[in-house]
Parts: sequence; C-alpha cells; structure tokens
Amino acid sequence: MLIGIPKEPMVGETRVAATPKTVEQLIKLGFNVCIESNAGLAANFDDASYEAAGASINTDTKSVYQSDLVLKVNPLLEHPGQKCHELDMLKQGGHLISFMAPAQNQDQLKQLAERNITAMSMESVPRISRSQSMDALSSMANIGGYRAVIEAAHHFGRFFTGQITAAGKVPPAKVLIIGAGVAGLAALGAAGSLGAILRAFDTRPEVKEQINSMGAEFLEVEIEEESGSGDGYAKVMSKAFIEAEMALFAEQAKEVDIIITTAMIPGKPAPKLITAAMVASMTSGSVIVDLAAGGGGNCDLTEPGKVITSANGVTVIGYTDMPARLPSQASQLYGTNLVNLLKLLCPEKDGELVIDFEDPIMRGVTVSKDGAVTWPAPPIQVAAAPPKKAEDRSPIEPTKQKMSAAVKYGLGAASAVLVGWIALNAPAAFLGHFTVFVLSCIIGYYVVWNVKHALHTPLMAITNAVSGIIVVGAVLQVGDELNLVTILALISVLIASINIVGGFYVTKRMLKMFQK
Amino acid sequence: MQAGMVITAYVIAAVLFIMALGGLSQQESARRGIWLGIIGMALALVATLLSPKVMALTTGLSYILIAMLIGSAIGVYMAKRVAMTEMPELIAILHSFVGLAAVFVGVNSYLDHSQELTPVMKNIHLVEVFLGVFIGAVTFTGSLVAFGKLRGTMSSKALNLPHRHKLNLLALLVSAVMLVQFVNQSGNDTYLVIMALIALVFGWHLVASIGGADMPVVVSMLNSYSGWAAAAAGFLLGNDLLIVTGALVGSSGAILSYIMCRAMNRSFISVIAGGFGNDPIVSDDDEEEGEVQPTTAEEVASLLTNARSVVITPGYGMAVAQAQYQVQDITQKLRAQGVEVRFGIHPVAGRLPGHMNVLLAEAKVPYDIVLEMDEINDDFAKTDVVLVIGANDTVNPAAKKPGSPIAGMPVLEVWDAKTVIVFKRGMASGYAGVQNPLFFMDNTKMLFGDAKASCDQIASNL
Repeated sequence: MLIGIPKEPMVGETRVAATPKTVEQLIKLGFNVCIESNAGLAANFDDASYEAAGASINTDTKSVYQSDLVLKVNPLLEHPGQKCHELDMLKQGGHLISFMAPAQNQDQLKQLAERNITAMSMESVPRISRSQSMDALSSMANIGGYRAVIEAAHHFGRFFTGQITAAGKVPPAKVLIIGAGVAGLAALGAAGSLGAILRAFDTRPEVKEQINSMGAEFLEVEIEEESGSGDGYAKVMSKAFIEAEMALFAEQAKEVDIIITTAMIPGKPAPKLITAAMVASMTSGSVIVDLAAGGGGNCDLTEPGKVITSANGVTVIGYTDMPARLPSQASQLYGTNLVNLLKLLCPEKDGELVIDFEDPIMRGVTVSKDGAVTWPAPPIQVAAAPPKKAEDRSPIEPTKQKMSAAVKYGLGAASAVLVGWIALNAPAAFLGHFTVFVLSCIIGYYVVWNVKHALHTPLMAITNAVSGIIVVGAVLQVGDELNLVTILALISVLIASINIVGGFYVTKRMLKMFQK
Repeated sequence: MQAGMVITAYVIAAVLFIMALGGLSQQESARRGIWLGIIGMALALVATLLSPKVMALTTGLSYILIAMLIGSAIGVYMAKRVAMTEMPELIAILHSFVGLAAVFVGVNSYLDHSQELTPVMKNIHLVEVFLGVFIGAVTFTGSLVAFGKLRGTMSSKALNLPHRHKLNLLALLVSAVMLVQFVNQSGNDTYLVIMALIALVFGWHLVASIGGADMPVVVSMLNSYSGWAAAAAGFLLGNDLLIVTGALVGSSGAILSYIMCRAMNRSFISVIAGGFGNDPIVSDDDEEEGEVQPTTAEEVASLLTNARSVVITPGYGMAVAQAQYQVQDITQKLRAQGVEVRFGIHPVAGRLPGHMNVLLAEAKVPYDIVLEMDEINDDFAKTDVVLVIGANDTVNPAAKKPGSPIAGMPVLEVWDAKTVIVFKRGMASGYAGVQNPLFFMDNTKMLFGDAKASCDQIASNL
C-alpha cells in the first residue's frame, strides 16, 4: 500500500505527518512512502533525508493525494496552490488519517463517506491505556503546554525564579494554570523548572494528585460536583460551580503574574473564564496565554492567532499553533503516533490495513468507512476516578486488635491484688529486690522505646551481651571441689562468657557499619 | 574487696548498662553506648572475682578463669565469623546460652544448702528456683528451635499439633501443680525434674508451632524470656545487678516483640502466649490471577537513569541473595547522576527487627536515606520507580482488602509509584501464603532471577 505525505497547505503550518525516522518505521511495516517535495522543509527535514530513509519524492501534489493512504496533520481545506479542495484530490475508496475535528466538520465526514474513503480522525483515539502511544492530542498538548510557558516568558519582563542579588531582591513569578490536562501539566512542569511559584485549577478533583505531583498548589472551589464525563475529558459545569470558580479566578488574577488557560470541552466552544474585568485587575506586564484560542479562547480579550496588549499593559497571547512552533519535535511525535496506530491496523506488517470494529481503538478512531459515517463511536469509560464509587473508596482502617477496657481493668485489678498479697506475705529482704525489679522494668520501658528502629538489631545483640551478666551468679556458685554444683556453675560461666564477649563483639561490628 | 564495694560496683555497672541502652537512641551515640556496656560488664566481673567469697577460693578461681577464657575465645570466634545475614541465628543461639545458664544457676542454688533460711524465705527461695529453672528451660529449647528454623536445619513451617493451645495450657497447669507440691514438700527433686522436662518440651513446642514469617517476633520474644530468666536468677541469688539487668533485657525484648506485632497487626498477648501465626491460612489464588509483565535488567537500568526519584524496598530475599552490596552500587551510581534514591524499610522486613538496616549498613548505604515505612509511605505517589527486592508480603496490596489473610497489616504502598519493579525468583507466594496482586498491576514489571545477579546487571548498565 502506498502512503502519501502531502505538504500541509494550511497557512503557518510547519508540521508534517512523517519524518525520516517514522518513514523508516512505515517501510518496516510493509508500506511504500511517497513524500511531496519540500513537505518537511519547515520542520527542518529536507527531501534528501526522506530519500535516504527510503521514501520517494514527488513534486506533483495531486498524485501524492491520490495515494492509497494519505497521512496529514490538519483537517481538509481548500488547497491554495492547487485551487481546489483537498477533499477533491483524494482517491475514491482510499484512506485518510489526520486530525479532522469531526464535531465541527460533519459535512466533510459525509462527503468522505460518499466517496467511500475510510477516514480516521486522530482526535477520536479513545483515552485508554493501550492507546496512549497513539494519542496525538496528548503529544501535541504536551508541546503546547511547554511552548505556552516559553511564549509567556518571552513576553514577561521578569525572571521566573526568585533571586536575592547584590542589586536587590527579585520576587519569583506566580503562575496560574487553569485546566490540568496534558497541556496544563506540561506547562506546570516547564514553569516549575524555570523556578516559578505554581498554582493550578481544574474542575476534576481527581487530578489534584497529579497537580501536587508537579509541585503546584491545587486551588479548590468549595462546591461538590461530579465533573469528569467519564471519558477522561472535562464537561460543562453547573451555574453555581461556575460562579464559585469565577470568584476564585477574579481573586487570583489580582495576585498572579502569568495565567495559562487550557480549558476546553470536546465539541463545544471554550468556556470564558477570564473576563475583561479580571484582565483589568492584573498588574501591568502580566501575561495571559490562552491555549484554548483555537476553540474561541478562555479569555474575553483573546484574539485567535494574535498577541494583543490590553489597556492596562497585560499581554494576551492567542496563538493557535503552539505545537507548530516546535515543528521538528511536533512532527516527530505526531509521526510516531501515526506509526503506532498503523502498527495496530497492520498486524501482519504486510502494508495492508485490517480494520476490526471489535477493537475499541479502531472503532473509536474510524469516522467514515464503507460509505457510511461512523462518528461518533459508542463511548468507553476510562476516567481514573470511578464516578459512583466515591464512598466505597475510603481507606480501610487497619483492624487492630485492641485490648478491651474490661480486660485492661481486669489485669490492673489482678496486679493490684498480687502486689497486695506480696506486700502482706513477703519478708522485707524480698521486697527490697522486688522494688529494684519493678523500677528496672520501668526504666527499661522508657529507655528501649527511645531506641531507633534501625538500631533494633544492635539493641538485641547488646541486651544479649548484658544478659550474660548471669555469669556473676554462676561465678559465686563455684567451689574448690569439683562436685556437681561446681561443674554446672563452670559450664554456666563458660557459656555466659561466650554470650558476653560474642554479644559485645558483634554489636561493635554492626555499629561500625552505620555511617552517614 | 569488701562486700560494700562489690555492691557499689554492681550499682555502677547497672547504671552503665542503662546508659548503654540509652545510647542506642541515636546512631551517633550508639558506639559510645556499647563502650559503656563493656565497661559496666568488666566492672561487674572484676568486682565479683574480687568479692570475699571468690577470693577465698583456691583451685576454684583458676577453674573460673579458664572457663571464662575458653568462653571468650569461642565468643570472639563466633562473632567474627558470622555473616550479617546470619545475625538472627547467632542471636537465637546466644539466647539459648542464657537460658541454659539460668537453668544451671537455678539447679545449683537448689542443691546448695549452705545458707540457713527462715521458713518463709525458704519457701520464697523454692519458688524462685522453680521459676528460674522453668523460664530458663523454656528459653533454652525455644531458642534452639528458633536457631534451627533460621538456619534451615528445621522446617520453617509452623508445626500444627491438634489442640496445641490446650497442650500449652496443660503444660502450664501441670507446672503450677508441680510448683505447689514442690514448695509444700520443702523441695522435692522429682517435682523439679518433671517440671524441667515439661518446660523443655513446652519451649520447643512454643517456637516450633510458629511459622518462619513470624521469626522477628519470636527472636525478640526469646530475647525477652532470656532477660526474665536472668532476673529470676537474680532473685534467687539475692543479687540486684542480675535483677536490674534481667529486667532491662526482659522489657527491651517485650517492647521489641510488641513493635513487631504491631507491624504485623498481630495481638501482643497471643504472641507472648506463643503459638500464634499458625492458624491455617487459606490462600485465594484463583481471585488475583492476571498477566505479569516481565522485564530485563537493561530496561530497568534505563528506567532508573530517567527517573527523578527512586525508592528501594528490600526484603528477606535481598538478605538471602546477599545482594546488599550490589544494591549499594546501584544507589551510588544513581546518586552520582543526581537521582534521588531512598530506602523504605518495613518493620518486619527480614527475620529480625532492624535486619535490613544492618545489611544496608554493612554495605555502607548512608543511613540518612534509609527511611521507615511511615516516613516514606506518603511519598510513593511522587516516586518514579520503586525497586522491590525480595519483598512480598510487606508490599502486598491485599492487606488493604478486608477478608484477606493479611488484612489490616500495614504495608509499603509501593503500587502508588509510577513504575514498580519486582525482583523475584519465581511466582511463589510469600511466607503468609497469600497471592500478591501487586505482581499483576499495570505499573508493575517483574524482573525474574537471582536478586544479586539482577542487581549486578543493572549496575553495569547504569
């Protein structure tokens, strides 16, 4: 099967659907690969390197589109160079894999189906563990999150990290990330490693741990609400919740220097989270990066694709092409996602596609097949937190067997009676020893509780050695005559000496090893 | 030396012993502590040898010195030879010596009629003899069995006689009857011998019916018994130094057993009573089956290099494979690369309290990166890679599930980490006989083979 990689016709697009590295992998899967001339130029891959990887170079755009399988980055659009729609150049009954924005382009899906083109949309890869290697949204969002921080740093006139220098103190930048998906977490990582103070907000409480793991503070709203939609993405929240979160943002806007918003809900316009009033309350020189600009933006002032400065000097960055700003990396990651999908689709490595609708990944990704639109696929539940089980998940307390109060009092009473009996019956000489015994037990109790856990083995060895003190008793029993008593006493002396010397020696050996 | 000076020396020795144990609260002061202990012991011995009664001896004194010299030579030889992994055995056999010495001292004190006693004191003396011999005998055989089990010369499986609790109770009751008879008849050899035999069998049965996994508790329990045996000998000789020391050791061992019990979620009372840990355990293997993901040393090495934070949780398997040096090698290399490496030690890892700490210390792992379970449990979620080296029950998530045989036992929650590497010989279950669902988790990879060889390969790939 021949794979065609056209040069992306979209203005400003720098990415390409295959790199020399992924071309090699595609060829290993049994495919032939044909690259449109200069397709990878903007991503720093020249035709020669593709040729070296085993692809053929074609200067005729139309014939590239006529390949059996076309791999692209962006949804189909009017091709400026060819004066026709990309759709019209595709081969009847062929295959297409690309980002397609199926929710927004339902007409296009119909047209693809009419032409009997099998189309797969990279947005529709279900979010399950097995499909992570094909999740292009995540790999692009990762790049976007990183780039957002870099763009913010470029427009922000200060350090991210706090410093105390001879010329005075520099406060650290405070960064607020809204939406802790892949992009948000990547942004947290990037901003954190630059030294900023991190705060993050998300409507899904299950991401709290992930946010904390990136070293950020998780801002919470005091309203309980079910917010994951079960497919790993966020959903639209209730009015009360939105009001509470807006109040939180308004408060935060006054404090933070940089806001990066990533809030998107699949198939819906991005929610407006940062109002013009909030921007006006921010200090001059602050930066807002709106990663949702492509979906209409999370900020009132966002102009998609542009950087604007508000009246009070706040920069609002609305670039919609963040991943394309790291073109080589983005192409490589996207290309690898495609290769991983094709590995699944082509199990025999013979260059032929096998599409099995029983497989949830293949079912999810396919949007048009055999002349019919197959989007959207039936949902699969994947979110980390099971929605209804919240109450059952409370940690199980270790069931310790505690002494019941009755037993405790019983023991107390029994020992009181015993002590009383001893006091009444025993002679003074015995009571003296008894006093010593009781006090020693108490001293032992306090001393031993203080011993570090790590030193428990040396503790045992040393107590072993000192319990050899029984040698004193044995020595006093030895007589001059070698009778039974003396022999037994001498054996005791001998073994107790083993104990003393061996115990101390081995304790010393162990303690010598403990070092910092 | 006058009697008063001897007693004063004993008091000083007792204080030095207390300070010696107190010194163990910190690694820094521990070494000073042991010197205090040695000085105390030397002081007590010299004072005893110089006491009027011993000074009066002629040939007896030379016998004593010869016995001491031979004993010391054997002690040094044993302590020098022992490998750190064999420490539990050594300690067990040393306990048996104290037990045996206590029996002999008790018997001697009974046979020695030189002292004239009032009738009341005579009775008390007989009770003391009886108890001293009883505790000593139990300690003696119990420690021997523990030694055999730890050595592997005896099966580490719990002996499961029918009605074992009733047997134990019967032994105690018969011994109590013997005690009453013994005292009533103002000392009768027959009763003493019968009781001694019962006590020997009782001690053997007590430890024999405890499974290998509970050995840390058993060893500390025997430590405690050996202390009480010494204290009993102190009572019967009217020697306060023996009482103080015995009480110290006794309470130390009791506290250690209590700490171990808590770590395994077992009842302290049932341990002291003995024969715990042997309730038949039903393993529900069929429930937790799944597929394991095997991995290779090279893959583990690359995972470790790319990690930011690594926690190593060793278990008895590391001790068996003697892999502590290789583990330290990995630790050093990773730390040199800027990876944060820490150790998480479960309180009952190994066969002795603090066993893992000793092994790691032997390999010169810095002790400030060796943390206890409670210190590290919350950090697993932030950990990239956990290496589980020869541990099983102490990292078993089944403990969090009610109904599991180990339910409620506190465990190292390693499964919260991003990746868990389990070093294991094969798929056998741990001592508790419970299948470990950890092995089948998505973020768990199994590295099969001998822990030492695996660690070696990883270290060479770092």
